[in-house]
Amino acid sequence: MLTAILIALPFLAGLLIITTGGEQSKRIALGAALAELVVAGIMLAQFQINAESQFVLNYPWIPSLGINFHLAVDGISMLMILLTTVLTPLIIYSSFGHHYSKPQNFYGLILLMQMALIGVFTALDGFLFYIFWELALIPIYFICLLWGGENRAKITFKFFLYTMVGSLFMLVALIYLFQQTTGTHSFDINALYAAGQALDINTQRTIFWGLFLAFAIKMPIFPLHTWQPDTYVVAPTQGTMLLSGIMLKMGIYGAIRWLLPMVPEGVAAYSHLVMMLAIIGIIYASLIAWVQTDIKRLIAYSSIAHVGLIAAGVFSLNEQGISGAVFQMLSHGINVFALFFIVDMIEQRTKTRLMGNLGGVRTVAPKFATFFMVIMMGSVALPLTNGFPGEFLLLNGVYQASGMYALFAGITIILGAVYMLNAYQKSMLGEVSAATENFEEPKAHETHILWICAILVIVMGVYPKPLFSIAEPAIQQLLTMVK
Amino acid sequence: MKSLLLLSGLGISAMLAELFNLKKLLFPIVCLGLLATIGVSFYDWNTDIHLFNNMLRLDNYALLFTASMSFITLLWFIGANDYIELETSISDKYALVLFALVGAFIMVSYNNLSMLFIGIEILSISMYVLAGSKKNDLFGNEAALKYFLMGAFATGFLLFGVALIYGVTGSFDIQVIGEYCRMNAGNLPMLFNVAIILMMVGMAFKVSAAPFHFWAPDVYTGSPSMVTAFMATVVKTAAIVAFARLFYGAFSFAPSTWQNAISVMAVLTMFIGNVTAVFQQNVKRLLAYSSVAHAGYLLIALVALSHFSGGAIFYYTLSYGVASLLAFHILFTVSGNKNEGADINAFNGLAKRNPLMAFGITVAMLSLAGIPPLAGFFGKYYIFNAAIEAGRYKLVLLAVVASLISVYYYFKVIIAVYFKQSNESAIELTGMHKMLYLVCVILLFILAVIPEMIVGLMK
Repeated sequence: MLTAILIALPFLAGLLIITTGGEQSKRIALGAALAELVVAGIMLAQFQINAESQFVLNYPWIPSLGINFHLAVDGISMLMILLTTVLTPLIIYSSFGHHYSKPQNFYGLILLMQMALIGVFTALDGFLFYIFWELALIPIYFICLLWGGENRAKITFKFFLYTMVGSLFMLVALIYLFQQTTGTHSFDINALYAAGQALDINTQRTIFWGLFLAFAIKMPIFPLHTWQPDTYVVAPTQGTMLLSGIMLKMGIYGAIRWLLPMVPEGVAAYSHLVMMLAIIGIIYASLIAWVQTDIKRLIAYSSIAHVGLIAAGVFSLNEQGISGAVFQMLSHGINVFALFFIVDMIEQRTKTRLMGNLGGVRTVAPKFATFFMVIMMGSVALPLTNGFPGEFLLLNGVYQASGMYALFAGITIILGAVYMLNAYQKSMLGEVSAATENFEEPKAHETHILWICAILVIVMGVYPKPLFSIAEPAIQQLLTMVK
Repeated sequence: MKSLLLLSGLGISAMLAELFNLKKLLFPIVCLGLLATIGVSFYDWNTDIHLFNNMLRLDNYALLFTASMSFITLLWFIGANDYIELETSISDKYALVLFALVGAFIMVSYNNLSMLFIGIEILSISMYVLAGSKKNDLFGNEAALKYFLMGAFATGFLLFGVALIYGVTGSFDIQVIGEYCRMNAGNLPMLFNVAIILMMVGMAFKVSAAPFHFWAPDVYTGSPSMVTAFMATVVKTAAIVAFARLFYGAFSFAPSTWQNAISVMAVLTMFIGNVTAVFQQNVKRLLAYSSVAHAGYLLIALVALSHFSGGAIFYYTLSYGVASLLAFHILFTVSGNKNEGADINAFNGLAKRNPLMAFGITVAMLSLAGIPPLAGFFGKYYIFNAAIEAGRYKLVLLAVVASLISVYYYFKVIIAVYFKQSNESAIELTGMHKMLYLVCVILLFILAVIPEMIVGLMK
C-alpha cells in the first residue's frame, strides 16, 4: 500500500500541477514532495531490518508476456527511496530564488521524475524496471531542453541518445534472459536471476556487456562519460541537481540489483576491468577538475571522480565495497546537491562562475563561506563528515580486491582535497573582487537548505550506523548470489 | 453484413445529401454511423459469419479491424471537417472516404481472392480521386496520376498472381488454396511459387514496402494533407491486414517461398524509410517516409508467422494510426490548407503559440519513435516479441537500430517546437480540435497501460 502511495502521489500531484497550476506551482510541488517525504518516513518506521522484500505490490500487467507490476522494498531500495524523497523537496525548495517561465510544467516534470525514480528503485520486474528507467529520462530531457542554458538543444539530445542507446542494450539483454527463463517465461527478477545464473560463461559475458553499458552510461564510467559535463553545465540548476543527486544513482543501483546477481560469472570475469576503468576515470576526472576555471564544471568532473570510486567499490564484489557504495550514494547525493546549490547562489549573486573573478567572499559573507566549508569537507571525506564512512569502506573493499587499485583510488582523496580546497581558496579567500564586493549572505530559504545539508553532513558522518544497518541484510543476501 | 450495409448506406446517403441540401446534418450522421459500425462489430463478436457463398468471412480478426478502422476514420472526420468545409463539393468527399472505408472493410474480411481484388479497387479508386481532389493544384494532380498509374500497375501484378493461383488450384477460396498448399508442401509447382511472388509484389506496392515504395513519398506529399493522413493510417492498415490474411490463410505452408523475401523487404523498408526521413526538411514528407518505415516494422510481424503476430499487428496499427493521425492533424493546422505541407521551421516556437498542439505533436512523435511508456513502444515490443518467438533475432536487432535512427528525426520536430523561436502569432483552436488532440494523447497513454486487453481481443 505504502509503495503504491509513493508511486501515485508524485504522479498525481505532477499531473495536477501541469493541468491546473500557475504561479502557485512551486508551493504545491513543495507540499507534495514533503507529503512524499512523510510517506517515506512512515515506511521507514514500519520497515523491518531483514533481507525480505517488504511492502510488496504485485499485480499482473501483461500476462501473455510474463510482465507483472511488481514493486517491493528491501534495505537497499529503502535507502534509495530516502535519498529521493529527501532530495526532491530540497531541490524544489532550492528553486525558490529562481523564477522559471511556465512554472507548472517545470515543477510537474520534477514530480513526474520523482515518480519514475521511485519506480526504478522499487521495481522487481525486468520490463517494469526498463519502463521506469526510460520514464525517468523523459522529464529530465525536457527540463534540460526547456530551461537549460546555451547550446542546449544539441547537448541534451546527445545526452538523450547516449542513454537511450544504453537502455536499448539493456532491454535486449533482459529480453534474452526472459527467453531463457524456465516454464512460462517471466520477467520476474528471481526468474531472471535463475535464468542468468544458469547460462554458460560465454553467454554470461555477453549479457554482462548488454546490461553494463546501460548502467555505465548512466553513472557515468570512463570512457562513457562524455555526455555528462556538458549536460550538467547546460542544465538548469535544479536539473543538474536531479541528474547528479539522484539520477546517476540509478546506474549504480541498477548495477547492484540487476547486474551483479544476474550474471555472476560474467561479472567475475570483468570486475577487474571495470575497476580499472573506474580508477582511470577517477584520476582522469580529478586532474581535469583541478584545471577547471568554471566552478560548476569543476563539480561536474568531481562527480565523475566520486562515482568512479563508488563503481570500483561495487565491482570489488565484497560486503565492504557494496555497503560503502550504498552509503556513499546517499552522502554523495546530499553533497553534490549542496555544492551545486552553492554554485547557483554564487552565480546568482555575482553573475559569474569563473573562479578567477571571485575571491574574498569570506570577508563579505562569512556565514556563506562557513557553510561552503562544511559541505566541502563532506565532499573531500574528512573524518566525522558524511563522505568519510562511505569512502573508507569503499577503499577497504577495493583494497581486498587488489592493493594496487586501492593505492591509486586513494590518490583521489588527495586529489579531491587538492582541487576542492583550491576552488575554495580561489573563490572564498583572498582579495575581494569587483564581482564579490556586494556578496549577500544567504536569504531565509537558502539558510534553511544550507542548515539542513550541513546537519546531514555532520550527523551522517558522526553516526552512520543506522543507515548501514538498514541495508546490511539485503547486501549480504545479494552477495550470497554473487559468490 | 450489417457493417457493410451500414457503411455503404452512409456513403450513398452522403452523396444524396447534396441533392436534399442536408449538408449541415452530414457530419453528425456520419459520426453516428461510424459509431454504429463499431457497435455492430462488437455485436457480431464471436459469430464468425460467412457471407456471399463464403466470399467474405467476418471472423473476430475482421471485426476488430473494422472497428479500429472505423474508429480511426471517426477521429479523422472530426479533424478533417475543417478541410472538407474549405472545399466545394463537400458531400463527394464524405462519400469517397466512406467508400474507401467500405473497400478497407472488404480487404480485412475477404475470404476469396476476387473479393480481395474488389476490395482493393473500391479503396484505391476512391483514394485516386481524393488524392487529386484539389483540382487546381499541380502537385495534387501529379500525386493522383502517379498514384493511379502505380496502383494500376500493382494491381496488374496481383491479378497475374491470382490468375496463376486459379490455374494451379482451380479456386479463389483462401481455405482451398491453403489446403492445397498444405497437401503439396515441399513440392509445390513452379507456377504456384511464381504466383506467390507476383502477389507479394502487388501487395508490397500497396503497403509501400521497399523497393516498391517510390510512389509513396510523392503521393503523400502531393495529396491534400488530410487525405494523406487517411492514406497513412486507414489505407495502410487495410493493406497490411489484407497482406497478412492472404499469406497466413493461403500461403503459410509455403514459407520458404516468401519468408526470406519479405524479411529483406522489411529491413530495406525500415532503413530506406528512416534514413531518408532524416534528411527531410518538410514535415509532411518526413511523415511520409516515416510511414514507409512503419510498414517495415509491420512486415516483421508478418514474417514472424507466430501466434503473437495477429495481436501485434492489431496493436501496432492502432497505436500507429492514432499517433500518426494526431501528427497529421497538427501538421494540417500548422500549415493551413497548403498542399505542400510545412517546412520544419513552421513548427518553430509552437510551444509558445499553442501549448496544447506542442504537447500533442510531442506525444505523437515520442510514440512514433517508440519511447516508453507510450503506446508506440508497446507496439514495437509486441512485434519484436513475435519475431523473437520465431527465432528471428537478427531481424529484431536491425529493427532496433532502425528505430534508433528514427529517434533523430522525430526529435528534430520536438526540438523545433520547444527550442526554436518564432514571430508567428498564436494559433487558436476550436473546441472540437482541442478535444480531438486530447483524446488522441490520452489514447496513446491508455493503450500503453492496457496493452494486454487490446492484444487479448485478438485471441
